[in-house]
Amino acid sequence: MIKLVGVEKKLGGQPVLQGVDLSIPVGKLTTIIGRSGEGKSVLLKHMIGLMQPDRGEVWVGDVEISRLSGTRLNDVRKRFAMLFQGAALFDSFSVFENVAFPLREKLRMKGPAVAKRVEEKLEEVGLAGMGHKFPAELSGGMRKRAGLARALVMEPEIILFDEPTTGLDPLMAKSIHDLIITMQRRFGFTAVMVSHEIPEIFGISDWVAMLRKGKIALMAPAAEFQRTTDPEIHEFISVGGTVALPGSLVG
Amino acid sequence: MTNVIEQLGARAIIRVQEMGRMLLFVLSACAWLVRPPFRFHQIMKQLHFIGYKSVFVVVLTAGFTGMVLALQGYYSLRKFGSEGLLGSAVALSMIRELGPVLAALMVTARAGSAMTAEIGIMRITEQIDALDTMAINPLQYLIAPKLVAGVIGVPLLVAIFDVVGIYGGSLVGVDLLGVSEGAYWNSIESAVEWKDIYGGILKSISFGLIISWICCYKGFYTRQSAEGLGSATTEAVVLSSVLILVWDYFLTSVLL
Repeated sequence: MIKLVGVEKKLGGQPVLQGVDLSIPVGKLTTIIGRSGEGKSVLLKHMIGLMQPDRGEVWVGDVEISRLSGTRLNDVRKRFAMLFQGAALFDSFSVFENVAFPLREKLRMKGPAVAKRVEEKLEEVGLAGMGHKFPAELSGGMRKRAGLARALVMEPEIILFDEPTTGLDPLMAKSIHDLIITMQRRFGFTAVMVSHEIPEIFGISDWVAMLRKGKIALMAPAAEFQRTTDPEIHEFISVGGTVALPGSLVG
Repeated sequence: MTNVIEQLGARAIIRVQEMGRMLLFVLSACAWLVRPPFRFHQIMKQLHFIGYKSVFVVVLTAGFTGMVLALQGYYSLRKFGSEGLLGSAVALSMIRELGPVLAALMVTARAGSAMTAEIGIMRITEQIDALDTMAINPLQYLIAPKLVAGVIGVPLLVAIFDVVGIYGGSLVGVDLLGVSEGAYWNSIESAVEWKDIYGGILKSISFGLIISWICCYKGFYTRQSAEGLGSATTEAVVLSSVLILVWDYFLTSVLL
């Protein structure tokens, strides 16, 4: 469904993406990992057309989006939703109004139909009864949940998650991960997540891809990824201390 | 020497690129104005913010400007025995120049800086990117209503400024300094012409556009940091103020 072919991107004169080839499996949760500053969020933004590559192609279905703009790009974006790192809730709207926003703006829905759908989504993400609160009154975890409710409310085919658990304590991070995987299994959307939460992501992801020096170093099903013998990748994912090189002593 | 010329050249190119980007920004936002959905509710909200909430500061500025103009004008005109012309001096100064310029500068300081900060924070916290991902054009949703509100709100504020300023002048001239009330108001009626008023309206419409345009632009392209936001707000206010004064000169030279 999403395919990047030879994508290159420079930012501030520095090469960030240097020939990324990546195919995202449909209906699965794919997590992109890598060192800080490698360009994971930049890669994610290319998928939804928030950034355009200097070279290469970005395919969403059978539409190449890297040179699209205006109405044609918006038509592609209707298939997407995105949960940003800070949730990107609109400060001047309440949680209810934030979640209702895409329904009112895109579907022109009004009245009780909006309220019903919003309340359903808030309940699914564990924010029932919080619709009246404003983003400034919410904790980090609650803001992420509200952002997730807003992403889910239009029932998109693809949801992008840009470091959804950054800045949260371990328990809250786990609850957000659990929520993401529960929603993905229930609604079957294609999920692409950028995350630093190793080794937790191996428990929830179907596929894992590692970005290294501007290219995809490895992409594999989560279990297979953990068994890699590439020393650099293994060192990176072993930081959590739960994965050992074959033949070494553990515990 | 080559290095200095290279740097000068690079800076000049950056400035020209920025000017081009600013022009494309306002043209794109204006183009989105005529495409549905038409956001009347957003426009009214912005009109309330730019217009209604600036009334107090505009009235305060206008009152004291009129009063000080009358004070200064009285003593200058008295040398020629022409105190009776005080009304026309105050009114013409207000309607032609001080009303549009000072009202625009007060709106820049109050509403313009707030617009830059609001949009800048939205940029830094990815709220503008969130609009993009929802296939809602930020120029149409955020910027176009502000442009319309500026173009409508500033002329209305200038009208209030003119009226309050003239009454402020009358308070000092007539009530304090003893100018004949009849002479004050009659001189206004005989001196002020329609071209003075529409000149003031034309200035205020263009100043409203300048304020919204520059302040929204600076916020929209804020660099991603607190320092970037601070710089953007300062640059927005300074650039808007300077452009108001420069454009005032050119418009005045054309209208006269």
